[in-house]
Amino acid sequence: MSAADGLWLHALMRDPDPALLSGLTGVGGREVRAIPVAGLTAIVCPVDLGEFGEEPLRGNLENIGWVEAVARTHHQVAVELSRFGPVIPARLATIYLSDQSVVGLLTRCRTDLAAALERIGGRIEWGVKAYTASAPRQPRPAPAPGGNGAGTGTGADYLRRKRAALSARSDAAVAAADCAEKLHTKLAAVAQDARRHPPQSRRLNPRAASMVLNGSYLVDRGQGDRFAETVAELADGYGALDVELTGPWLPYSFATVPLPETLPETADG
Amino acid sequence: MTEVPMMPQAQSPAATGQPSDLGDILERVLDRGVVIAGDIRVSLLDIELLTVKLRLVVCSVETAAQMGIDWWRHDPWLTSAGLADRPAGAVAGGNRRELESG
Repeated sequence: MSAADGLWLHALMRDPDPALLSGLTGVGGREVRAIPVAGLTAIVCPVDLGEFGEEPLRGNLENIGWVEAVARTHHQVAVELSRFGPVIPARLATIYLSDQSVVGLLTRCRTDLAAALERIGGRIEWGVKAYTASAPRQPRPAPAPGGNGAGTGTGADYLRRKRAALSARSDAAVAAADCAEKLHTKLAAVAQDARRHPPQSRRLNPRAASMVLNGSYLVDRGQGDRFAETVAELADGYGALDVELTGPWLPYSFATVPLPETLPETADG
Repeated sequence: MTEVPMMPQAQSPAATGQPSDLGDILERVLDRGVVIAGDIRVSLLDIELLTVKLRLVVCSVETAAQMGIDWWRHDPWLTSAGLADRPAGAVAGGNRRELESG
């Protein structure tokens, strides 16, 4: 590691066999390596500070193309690592300047990290999104001719139709939200843990505007098929919803660890 | 423990393909996973300011608006990306931190 290198933190796990990491390429394009401390291992990749240092990073993070490439690699490395045991993925762009810093992290946080590994071990995350069903709308009946002569009713008719359409749409949205609530409750009951997230944006999901549930469910690895079946069965019962299952994912939504003591001492620059 | 998580795939006809897939990945790597302070300052506090744009990408515009965050209405990066239907409002900046509370 040269002076111009930083260390990108990919993930934390129990000590994997170092030989298994051979050939695994991280975000910097170089091989990842392990920094083990008493039973916990940080998986890092050397990165060029010319690209990942504070100033360049600032700019690169504004570039969605750059972020996409980095995000996909970061995710893929964590997926690969999960073949060797439970993995706590680090949030994107956690970068250290020395091995000593990483050792410090593992030393300070070992209790919480070990507990998190225990919690997610043998479990996977499923994503369930539900949208207001895009059922074909009933065509509106032609408006009755107005009593006041041709033309004068047009504006009022238009407003009436508009109001009716809005009201139908809003009824559908209310019904969908209600079903989404029930769906989430039922799924949470069969999962080890569950989280609801804000809906996604339209930029990345064209259907986001009608998203009524964006949930994550922590499920025992062996129960994945069963969970998927449950989702399908429940989805059948809720005509107001279009339901989409994604996964299995690493337990991103459940790898949170309370680590207030690791915040920088000075918050303002 | 030998079962390997697959790359995520949407498992319904409603699958929206690559953009949705990227959205799923981004919302996980940016908003979830363990949060620890790196040595590079941008990696924790600053990054969460700088990536507000990206975080907005994975949080809904409506949610952001409910939180009182509407500076994005003036942001060409976002407004050029299909949000131009938003009314041009006043108010800018100041509330970004609120987005971090979730």
